[in-house]
Amino acid sequence: MNNWRRLITRDVVLGVALLAVIALVSTRAADFSSVKNLASVFNDSSILIILALGQMAVILTRCIDLSMASNLALVGMTVAMLNSNFAAIPIPILVIIAIIMGAMLGLVNGLLVWQLEIPPIVVTLGTLTIFRGIIFLISDGQWINAHEMSPAFKAFPRSSILGVTVLSWSAIVAIILFAVLLTRTAAGRAFYAIGGNPNAAVYTGINVGRSRCLAFVLAGAVSGFAGYLWVARYAVAYVDIAGGFELDIVAACVIGGVSIAGGLGTVAGATLGALFLGVIKNALPVINISPFWQLAISGSAILIAVGFNAQSERRTGRIILKKAEQSS
Amino acid sequence: MNSETQSVSAASQSYPDRLQSKLRRVLVSWELLLLCVAVFIFWLNTQASPYFLDPWNLSDATFNFTEKALIAFAMALLIISGEIDLSVASIIALSSTAMGYAVSIGMGTTELLIIGPLVGLACGAFNGLLVTRFGLPSIVATIGTMSLFRGISYIILGDKAYSGYPSDFAFFGQGYVYWVITFEVVLFAVFAIIYTLLLHRTSFGRSVFAIGNNPTAALFSGIRVNRIKFILFLLTGLMAGIAAVCLTSRLGSTRPSIALGWELEIVTMVVLGGVNILGGSGSIPGVVLAAFIMGLVTFGFGLLNVPGIVMSIFIGLLLIGVIGLPRVWTKGLHFWKSIVSR
Repeated sequence: MNNWRRLITRDVVLGVALLAVIALVSTRAADFSSVKNLASVFNDSSILIILALGQMAVILTRCIDLSMASNLALVGMTVAMLNSNFAAIPIPILVIIAIIMGAMLGLVNGLLVWQLEIPPIVVTLGTLTIFRGIIFLISDGQWINAHEMSPAFKAFPRSSILGVTVLSWSAIVAIILFAVLLTRTAAGRAFYAIGGNPNAAVYTGINVGRSRCLAFVLAGAVSGFAGYLWVARYAVAYVDIAGGFELDIVAACVIGGVSIAGGLGTVAGATLGALFLGVIKNALPVINISPFWQLAISGSAILIAVGFNAQSERRTGRIILKKAEQSS
Repeated sequence: MNSETQSVSAASQSYPDRLQSKLRRVLVSWELLLLCVAVFIFWLNTQASPYFLDPWNLSDATFNFTEKALIAFAMALLIISGEIDLSVASIIALSSTAMGYAVSIGMGTTELLIIGPLVGLACGAFNGLLVTRFGLPSIVATIGTMSLFRGISYIILGDKAYSGYPSDFAFFGQGYVYWVITFEVVLFAVFAIIYTLLLHRTSFGRSVFAIGNNPTAALFSGIRVNRIKFILFLLTGLMAGIAAVCLTSRLGSTRPSIALGWELEIVTMVVLGGVNILGGSGSIPGVVLAAFIMGLVTFGFGLLNVPGIVMSIFIGLLLIGVIGLPRVWTKGLHFWKSIVSR
């Protein structure tokens, strides 16, 4: 009970901080807080939200996936090439291909972590460069430009249902799916159990390796899906798309209160973390701050967020869980 | 080059600082394995390109790894102690930007040589404070400072670049000490020896291993864990500052995107060198050999006109393979034994 109250408080604090930033920006540019603009900010952050949810599943199990952006780029390039060469393939099929291919790439990470017990950071550091290199091999360094993609391919994420774009709907559906998965299914609860105490998880009958593998497959699947969305939205595919984005994804999770030590984090938190980065990115040009400030500001946001997390984790951990904390 | 690495790895066999003879054997054989790989790749290169053995070409090849290796030495100690610093490439960017700024307000080479490493040291101190004083996990804290340090470079420079470094400053990245021996190679060799001695011959080095194996036990046995970790972050920052001097001098200009992505290559070098990413074991001679291997692979592929990004596939496979294969081997061995005993 106490645990729940603490998590909710942290999400609420982040939500209030987010509203404060929006309010602050609105004093300089009144239009920023209009419904239309906020909807467009959400739309802009959708891909990051989807990816952050996948990353959270992995981080909950005390792992990390640094290969998500490369996975996204590889799948994005693949579906773009499929579309430009075989324009007849319907978009839903392409989306399914993207999700399955991303999941397979995630499975590679998962199997290496599960079966060979290589530390996740080493595995995904390796696959980060390998996936990126494969893009070069299959594309020969060529760009797939807007005119080579079919109109339907580009239009899908922009088309609107009930006044909301498919891109935004994707994020909303992802949020609901992950919320159900993480709080209402045995597989999701296992992620938390493993992160909380891997040894105890084993004794409760959880197959730690397999659950971790599942988390990597999930992260891979959302990366693949995001790969299609990214390429269709920006209407271009080349080797370096989403370069360095893997750290933005981790940053969104960290700002959202997902503990890098595993076992702590909520879907609402990760979503708010991603939105926070999205709002900052969209707000800077509005209030006439050079976009070159963005990197330093998100860096500071990460440090403040992680400092805040460390404080609140320490407060509860010290008294009640002292023994468990030391033995883990 | 080979005789030097051989003597270094021969020295590693006499270490009294291994807990078990079995572990020691594994470590020694790891370095032997790396040496074999290095010699093999060297031989492959001589077969692949007739230009490879030219002394000037070999001298050029060293630029591929010397600067990264300088940081990898300090990073190895940091990883052995159970921490990591992902902000090193950003420290290079910030340090290089500071030197560029110093030049733009009319400072000379001597000042640059002070400012570069000093900025690195300051960044290292900041990382160290975050981890030891505020208790942040180093992987997240340094992801944050990675954005912060490079972000500051972007704020200062934007899309511009600093150039116009004094002509005598070029020596530190482009100069030759004797014949084909570059200043950077000398620096690399000196620091390889310093770090080997520091890690394997001093009580400081012993403490680093102890902290990596069990920080709580290390604390209870009287090791000042946080102080040593802080010093390790300082050292890593300092080495990044020194590498920034070399790189800036070699390139002759500074952009905020300088050394982008190096942190992952440096971590790869350290892990390839046999340092346990979870902390507690590793050796500097291993890192030296890993540096040679990565440099040789990059340069050999370059001579064959293989694009850089394809080399990165190879490095990635090498990283996973080198860590994974011994585990496949052990698993296979267990499997074999279980069949035989049945």
